[in-house]
Amino acid sequence: MIYWNSVGDFLAMGGYGVYVWGSFGVTALVMAVEPILVVRQRKNTIARLKRQLRAEERAATRSTTA
Amino acid sequence: MTDRFNLYRFASPATFYPLAGRMIPWFVVAAVIFGAAGLWFGMLVAPTDFQQGEGYRIIFIHVPASWMSMFIYLVMAFWAAIGLAFNTRLSGMMTQALAPTGALMAFLSLWTGALWGKPMWGAWWVWDARLTSELILLFLYIGYLALTAAIDDTRRADKAGALLLLVGVVNIPIIYFSVKWWNTLHQGSSVNFAKSSMAVTMLWGMLLMALCFWMYSIAVALARVRTIMLERERNTDWARAELAGEKAVGEQSS
Repeated sequence: MIYWNSVGDFLAMGGYGVYVWGSFGVTALVMAVEPILVVRQRKNTIARLKRQLRAEERAATRSTTA
Repeated sequence: MTDRFNLYRFASPATFYPLAGRMIPWFVVAAVIFGAAGLWFGMLVAPTDFQQGEGYRIIFIHVPASWMSMFIYLVMAFWAAIGLAFNTRLSGMMTQALAPTGALMAFLSLWTGALWGKPMWGAWWVWDARLTSELILLFLYIGYLALTAAIDDTRRADKAGALLLLVGVVNIPIIYFSVKWWNTLHQGSSVNFAKSSMAVTMLWGMLLMALCFWMYSIAVALARVRTIMLERERNTDWARAELAGEKAVGEQSS
């Protein structure tokens, strides 16, 4: 069922190894990095918005007590 | 209160936000399963191509990436039209969330195309109708992102971005039909619904990889749109409630 005779054959890709693995490698890299960036940006945004919210709340209590 | 299913309800960020959050894990799981199955068929089971040898296997990412780059643009143009016509808040958030993924898909299409073109045509790049119009698509994505980033007012940025998207949509049929309209080095479409030119396992590999790219794009775009929603809706009650429930980085849980 599996087309290849050996791991070496599979990696060589009939002489097209550089092109095939160059394509798959960069695609895998992009698809690994993009989600990491999305998650990181989400964390940063949430942290910043929470800081702003707390600052607003502090300002609000100060103005009511003063 | 009405029991009738109301589609407009989901166009409201307050209902879309939690719904998107619940859907993301399912799309991630689907992307991994389709990706594993697609790689199995495409890289391990499918036979060699009698003309292109093993080099043809680039097709399993080149075609899905190219399809996604065009389809994501169409979805963005659809949201842009809705936004301009009905002034909906969700539209600008959707296009903003989709654009980076669309740009990456266009880049992957060009990158894998170059790595395929070199051994088959002897050139990384040729100024051919298919390749040039796909490059213009990448520039449209970058142009949209740069334009909307340059305008501080969100509503105006959305409007300008939507206009750019609608003008640029003419490029999509040009990409799609370029192999028919002009003499080109690029091969014709591999999937033909009347008579496919591919072996069954190759076709399966490609369709499964296409599904994987779909699921991936949806998951990433949904995750990104949730962040954009929180940011833009930060002064509403629902966003404040969501923010209160989120644990910030380095914060003690209480």
